[in-house]
Amino acid sequence: MTDTTYKQRLAKRYAAESRFKAYGAIALILTSAFLLYLLVDIARKGWPAFFEHRATIDVTLDAAQIDVANPGAADYSGMVKESWRAQFPDFTSRGDKKKLNLLLSQAASDDLRQQVIANPALIGQTVKTEVLLSDEADLYLKGQSQEADKAVLEKVMAMVPVERHVSWRLLTNGDSREPELAGLRGAIMGSLFTVLVALLLGLPIGVAAAVYLEQFAPKNRWTDFLEVNINNLAAVPSIIFGLFGLAMFLNLFGMPRSAPVVGGLVLALLVLPTIIIASRAALKAVPPSIKEAALGVGASDQQAVFHHVLPLALPGVLTGAILGLARAFGETAPLLMIGMVAFIADVPKGFTDAATVLPVQIYLWSDLPELTFQSKTAAAIMVLIAILFSLNAVAIYLRKKFERRW
Amino acid sequence: MDKQVSALITPSAPRIMAERQPRIAARNVNIYYDEKRAINNLSIDIPDKAVSAFIGPSGCGKSTFLRAVNRMNDTIPSCRMTGEVRLDGKNIYDRDVDVVELRSHVGMVFQKPNPFPKSIYENVAYGPRIHGLAKDKAALDEIVENALKKAGLFEEVKDRMTHSGTSLSGGQQQRLCIARAIAVNPEVILMDEPCSALDPIATARIEELIDELRQNFCIIIVTHSMQQAARVSQLTAFFHLGTLVEYGDTDEMFTSPQDKRTQDYITGRFG
Repeated sequence: MTDTTYKQRLAKRYAAESRFKAYGAIALILTSAFLLYLLVDIARKGWPAFFEHRATIDVTLDAAQIDVANPGAADYSGMVKESWRAQFPDFTSRGDKKKLNLLLSQAASDDLRQQVIANPALIGQTVKTEVLLSDEADLYLKGQSQEADKAVLEKVMAMVPVERHVSWRLLTNGDSREPELAGLRGAIMGSLFTVLVALLLGLPIGVAAAVYLEQFAPKNRWTDFLEVNINNLAAVPSIIFGLFGLAMFLNLFGMPRSAPVVGGLVLALLVLPTIIIASRAALKAVPPSIKEAALGVGASDQQAVFHHVLPLALPGVLTGAILGLARAFGETAPLLMIGMVAFIADVPKGFTDAATVLPVQIYLWSDLPELTFQSKTAAAIMVLIAILFSLNAVAIYLRKKFERRW
Repeated sequence: MDKQVSALITPSAPRIMAERQPRIAARNVNIYYDEKRAINNLSIDIPDKAVSAFIGPSGCGKSTFLRAVNRMNDTIPSCRMTGEVRLDGKNIYDRDVDVVELRSHVGMVFQKPNPFPKSIYENVAYGPRIHGLAKDKAALDEIVENALKKAGLFEEVKDRMTHSGTSLSGGQQQRLCIARAIAVNPEVILMDEPCSALDPIATARIEELIDELRQNFCIIIVTHSMQQAARVSQLTAFFHLGTLVEYGDTDEMFTSPQDKRTQDYITGRFG
């Protein structure tokens, strides 16, 4: 081979190498760009939903209208509406009064009611209280829509102080038909209950199955068959698990519809293959010499596994479990099948209360026409993503913390 | 009867066996991996308080037979065995022999140092603890200290017993593994090429240790190094293609081998 052809070949090889690097860089840039666009878009849409507008007005708590023994039962809504109209003597016509009322939320008096229940001494006095504005007024003030009556709103703002606050309602309220009142508490609690059931069932069963298959089971056609089918199960579309849950848990066993316990059972089945596969990989990664060493000093098979192999595999097992958990948190389709898709205003208090979960709540809200719900959909996605990111962070932390070298 | 059999089957019974009862006596052992025969009708007597070395080319079955002595082959599903291996006259493959108890009598040191990724103390204490050898913490401390002393490691690690066993050097790790094996008070110690992963200085240290341990234990060592066999052992067995070719006193074996194959191997013509 002559010197020049060798140099040409060498140049070609280097060119191929740099081309390949460029492909990799382009792929990486594209993925990052998509991810960034997605996150920024969601954050931009969801950010306003974390705020609300409240007006401060004086309300006279007429002692004649409030029973001191039972202050919660009085008609605060009426009192607030009356005081609200009294702030604006200019509006006299029926139409104007209606427009005024439309600026207030249905639940404008809720805060006042809580205030009085907490402190009955206020009865008979005139107190300053904050009233929540309706979603239309709120959207106008956030610059998202012009639907509210501009003229009326401008006049109102000139006469009473209207301020922007962080909307804790988004996290502390249950679902509602009123856009400004709808919150995620019900969905978050539903998700927690559901995923807790899935974890409590899926983790021990999954780890036990993995330990048995990896350490104790004889290697024969039967276990090979099992292994293939566990892998197949991991690839089954999740909605099939939902149908199975519907047929098995609801129809056959008669368990309650829409309940987190059923959702948890279905999700446990769904994440089992993931946990088993991850745990088996973690167990397989423990060097066999460790087990031999334990057997060599006279440990039984079980002692060797539970004293040495399993503890060493634990970080991998936990990582698998948390990734399975993250999948369970984000799963929607199977839960639709077992009725967790209903409108449920009450926050679930237990495993058998009707509930919905975060991703299903996102699905429900995304279907609603009101602009506020569109914003809240994005906000709910932000909450879900925050939960998933923190779960992944925990997984990475655990792996780093317990990782060992030998 | 035992002696007759061994005289019949063993090509050259070592002189040392004439005056001693065998601690381990194998009779007509055949070991198969699936259909492949790894050990072919092997019989051998191994004495107490001596070092017996198994030498032979790779794949000759010496490790396989070693692992048959504490039933480590039980953990390999495809492995099957016929024949008897007697420890003090009792066949260890009898139904009533408990494998866990057997392994507390027959300790093992592996090719690659394999300390548990736990503290030095825990490494040694694990065996005595699962066998319930110590009544209390003080007794366990004593067992650990004695085992480490016998393994010649105590002086080096006494100030860092809580450090990880894997933080030690290779030679120290292997001595830790020997201490771990000694701690359960075995009668026999099996060593499967214990120095193959170590440098010459660490190897010399282990060889000294093996020579000291000979006072109290029956030691069988598998080795690839004929010099090592010559240095540490009193008896040598030469394996070839799954058969025991020759078994005799080490000094005789290396100076005047009976079998041509032994001679070829020892002089480096194959292997």
